[in-house]
Amino acid sequence: MSKTVAQGIVIEHFSLAPMIKRLTLGAPAIARSARPGQFVHVRVGDSYHPLLRRPLSIAEVDREVGNITIIYRVVGQGTALLASLPPGEFVDCMGPLGNGFDMETERPLLVGGGMGLAPLLFLAKALCPKPATVLMGGRTKQELWWRNVFLGVCRSIHVTTDDGSLGRKGFTIDLLPELLENCEYDRIYACGPLRMMQGVAKLAKAQGIPCQISFEDHMACGVGACLSCTCAGTDGKRRKVCSDGPVFWAEEVLDLS
Amino acid sequence: MIAVEIAGIKMKTPVMTASGTFGSGPEYADFVDLNKIGAIVVKGTTLAPRDGNKGRRIAETPAGMLNCIGLENPGVDEFVGRILPGLARYDVPVIVNIAGFTVDEFGELAARLNVPGVAGLEVNVSCPNVKEGGIAWGVDCANVAAAVKAVRRNTKLPVITKLSPNVTDIVSVAKAAEDAGSDAVSLINTLVGMTIDIHRWRPELGNVTGGLSGPAVKPVALRMVWQVARAVKCPVIGMGGIMTAGDAVEFLLAGARAVAVGTANFVNPRASVEIAEGIKDYLVERGLRHVSEIVGKVNDNI
Ligand SMILES: Cc1cc2nc3c(=O)[nH]c(=O)nc-3n(C[C@H](O)[C@H](O)[C@H](O)COP(=O)(O)OP(=O)(O)OC[C@H]3O[C@@H](n4cnc5c(N)ncnc54)[C@H](O)[C@@H]3O)c2cc1C
Ligand SMILES: Cc1cc2nc3c(=O)[nH]c(=O)nc-3n(C[C@H](O)[C@H](O)[C@H](O)COP(=O)(O)O)c2cc1C
Ligand code: FES
Repeated sequence: MSKTVAQGIVIEHFSLAPMIKRLTLGAPAIARSARPGQFVHVRVGDSYHPLLRRPLSIAEVDREVGNITIIYRVVGQGTALLASLPPGEFVDCMGPLGNGFDMETERPLLVGGGMGLAPLLFLAKALCPKPATVLMGGRTKQELWWRNVFLGVCRSIHVTTDDGSLGRKGFTIDLLPELLENCEYDRIYACGPLRMMQGVAKLAKAQGIPCQISFEDHMACGVGACLSCTCAGTDGKRRKVCSDGPVFWAEEVLDLS
Repeated sequence: MIAVEIAGIKMKTPVMTASGTFGSGPEYADFVDLNKIGAIVVKGTTLAPRDGNKGRRIAETPAGMLNCIGLENPGVDEFVGRILPGLARYDVPVIVNIAGFTVDEFGELAARLNVPGVAGLEVNVSCPNVKEGGIAWGVDCANVAAAVKAVRRNTKLPVITKLSPNVTDIVSVAKAAEDAGSDAVSLINTLVGMTIDIHRWRPELGNVTGGLSGPAVKPVALRMVWQVARAVKCPVIGMGGIMTAGDAVEFLLAGARAVAVGTANFVNPRASVEIAEGIKDYLVERGLRHVSEIVGKVNDNI
């Protein structure tokens, strides 16, 4: 359970695809207590610029060895700095932060888009040997290198691309109704663009399948102290994405009517 | 060696946490021993609950950050009933930052906070004054005095006035607060700024403008603390961009009797305790016995 600040040593750091990096850190204290859906808040340098930590999902954990793995896209200054770190360097990580996914499921369906697939990878592995089905979407074939990452940790993978270059042409929510036809899933987990999660949650609700989603927001503290990241719950109460989330029950935070 | 007393509030160290950056304390309890902090200043509290601003609330800037949280808080009654009791198990003074939109609200907030467990009140005059068309209380001496007097009338607790740096002459505002009965002044609150997304031609922040904090504001904060400390008799609490013990010592030398750490908590959750330890080391290295020996000792008669 305990959260700490750890100096994670870079063990492995390489490109999975253009602008996508996979970073493995030796951080036993975080690895020991991390649950799927949680994240680490990472300092990308020692200087005051950039100043703030970067929230990054825990994508894999090796409890025995004491490693955590992050899969991230280089989008700006912070991730570019992180991308330059060679093995042997240290990375200051706060974590594990956030609540994590509820694991009470026998027949899970995971729906992800873009970097939203990172926390779902940890989830799929943690759910083993329960067979997870994964539905992933991307703009083009080039974005779906994720398929290789998920091979072996799930029962089956369904793919959609906006341009039809791989799998079904369209969005994940276009294919989802077919997957739900046989009612074989007892839980849906979604992480990706808000519009996608909204669509998934609506379909899940129509089928009466409980659905969890994972939110993103700009974060300063990461621990519920600064209120940078709050959102409105459907019950009128405020939620902090960093500490009440990032995982929520869909109906807790989304208007599904 | 580093214990201080500010306006009757006894603190184990001269390092407090700045309002809005440390929640009400327990949020950080996994990372730092709250009992080792000088005082915890909790998030700005208003009479009614507030949802805060819509849209994006923070943006990073060179060596700093902008925020437009918009005073989201659960309201004073929820604070007293639900949050304050959870702080009783810690041996640390709790100072409540209060934000009113009218004079009466400031008075009412002070009255409702006359409860065990509150060590003092910090009057946030950076929030809008509704009767004056929404401009901040802190830009006008008479308005600051009115807010402080309303608080003073309704409490026996130590009153600290948190000054806004977005003014032409901060010294006169500090004096107005002191004359109105404030036991101490704290400064600086954030400096109003903005950033623009050049790809979308839009402000980055949902509220367009926000408050700048972090290392970028330190020279401005230090100058203001130095000016105010020379002009008022009451204790001055200095803040703005403090990241290290060296930064804190600068504020002490400029005349602050205590300091507060804000944005630094986001970068290093142990900052408030590590900075206090660093101040102690600084004193030991120089053969000094107490932190008061450096307060205001900058040699500025050049
Ligand atoms: C809980 C959580 C988990 C995340 N997990 C992953 C992950 O596993 N893989 C991954 O590639 N990305 C993930 N992200 C997004 C990641 O945090 C941003 O891409 C990253 O902060 C960008 O930093 P930068 O300096 O490169 O970009 P810049 O655009 O230069 O960053 C400027 C500021 O905006 C913030 N910011 C920019 N984009 C985002 C964003 N999408 N979400 C939150 N803050 C942002 C930065 O932290 C920084 O403070 C996650 C975000 C959250 C909130
Ligand atoms: C996210 C955030 C929220 C803040 N909220 C408040 C507040 O509610 N009341 C207040 O008086 N000051 C508030 N402040 C200002 C800080 O208390 C402090 O005066 C300022 O940030 C300068 O110090 P720093 O550079 O060490 O952060 C806030 C600052 C930040 C960054
Ligand atoms: S990031 Fe500070 S409250 Fe969520």
